[in-house]
Amino acid sequence: MTPDDVPYLPRGVRTHYDAVRKMDVLLGPERVLMLDQVGVAVLGQLDGVASLAKISETLAEVYDAPLDVIAPDVTAFVMDLRDRGMVHVHSR
Amino acid sequence: MSIRVDPPMAMLAELTHRCPLACPYCSNSTELLAKEAELSTDMWADIFQQAARLGVLQLHLSGGEPASRRDLVDLVIAAREAGLYTNLITSGIGLNEKRLQDLDAAGLDHVQLSLQGVTAAMADRIGGYKGGFDRKMHVAEIIAKIGFPLTLNAVMHRDNLDDLSATIDMARRLGARRIEVACVQFQGWALVNRAALQPSRAQVDAAKKTVAEATRAHMGQLVIDFVPPDYYSDFPKACMNGWGSTGLNITPDGTVLPCHAAETIPHLHFDNAMQRSLSDIWYKGDAFNEFRGTGWLPEPCQSCDRRDIDFGGCRCQAMAVLGDAFATDPVCRKSAGRARLDALLNEETLAVNAPDFVYRR
Repeated sequence: MTPDDVPYLPRGVRTHYDAVRKMDVLLGPERVLMLDQVGVAVLGQLDGVASLAKISETLAEVYDAPLDVIAPDVTAFVMDLRDRGMVHVHSR
Repeated sequence: MSIRVDPPMAMLAELTHRCPLACPYCSNSTELLAKEAELSTDMWADIFQQAARLGVLQLHLSGGEPASRRDLVDLVIAAREAGLYTNLITSGIGLNEKRLQDLDAAGLDHVQLSLQGVTAAMADRIGGYKGGFDRKMHVAEIIAKIGFPLTLNAVMHRDNLDDLSATIDMARRLGARRIEVACVQFQGWALVNRAALQPSRAQVDAAKKTVAEATRAHMGQLVIDFVPPDYYSDFPKACMNGWGSTGLNITPDGTVLPCHAAETIPHLHFDNAMQRSLSDIWYKGDAFNEFRGTGWLPEPCQSCDRRDIDFGGCRCQAMAVLGDAFATDPVCRKSAGRARLDALLNEETLAVNAPDFVYRR
């Protein structure tokens, strides 16, 4: 993936609040991922328009953290989900 | 000793045992329930609500062939109203464009299409249903057109394991996001046909290599999940991720099982969701508590460093091969039962010609 790629949740993958376990989860085909706060924050930025670079910038601003700390974590998280088929990518 | 019991994540609903196919490895129990015994739409809707309140996130609508239920669309509506991620496990037979559009409107999340072979000759012979392959391919096109996320569930065995590369290619061609290369597990009807279905070691080694290469080649495009033929494994599968830990199964008449094959264990008593709440059955039911946790495990499991990885393996397999549901899964190299499994494997795979299939009819 490059910083210009636009990640998005494809059809059949959605976030869901699990009222029984009191946590956010990501549901996809045969997969349930428990999400922590960081995961929820990153997935909340996947609007099908924002690039990976833009998502990191936004989160760095929101959490008032250095971009060079945020960006690698965001990239790793998104790439891991892409490898599991739970995030798709538009290439620019 | 008290065991911490978590809520279940997944539920398999066997909506019906009716099916147009007659696969020699059918995983349903050897005694099938008739249509008259099936739960009504409302009964299922109530179970879906209970399941969601219990903590189930994913619902798998299965069978038999779930499309044999005329109320399938209403059942999907009920499942989505309950807040469940809803997956349809189907052969495709009984679905058409209109029905698939209705399922789309109902909110169906995902389709898992079974595949018996990559050619009509193979697929129709395995399924015992002439014309089935062509109809399935047509249904796959409509699934792609509507845009449902698709998993291809390729059931593999002695007769088709050599077609694995072509099978993975077919998954790409049909636009599947995921393929489950599911080597037959020997439960239910598959046990009757074990000698005809068991692949050779050479086939299994080649398949593992193909899967490893294809996984790399299709990374990011196609997820490949491989279920190996476990008689060739050194350690048992963590069946159901631990008995009564993650999932449950409901048969067409509402019987609640810890796994789909649990009825092969004769001493277990199973509750019915029409007589007792799902929550009560999950937390307090005898069958669910029988093999829960690891406290009941025999040696060599009890002192084994894999105890909390595979939980002694599959209870139904211990029952089927050794006649003792409490024994260590005979797949395990440390199990005294392994010799029995190896003897079966030798006896059944050394024959030059496999026996004919006994079809499920």
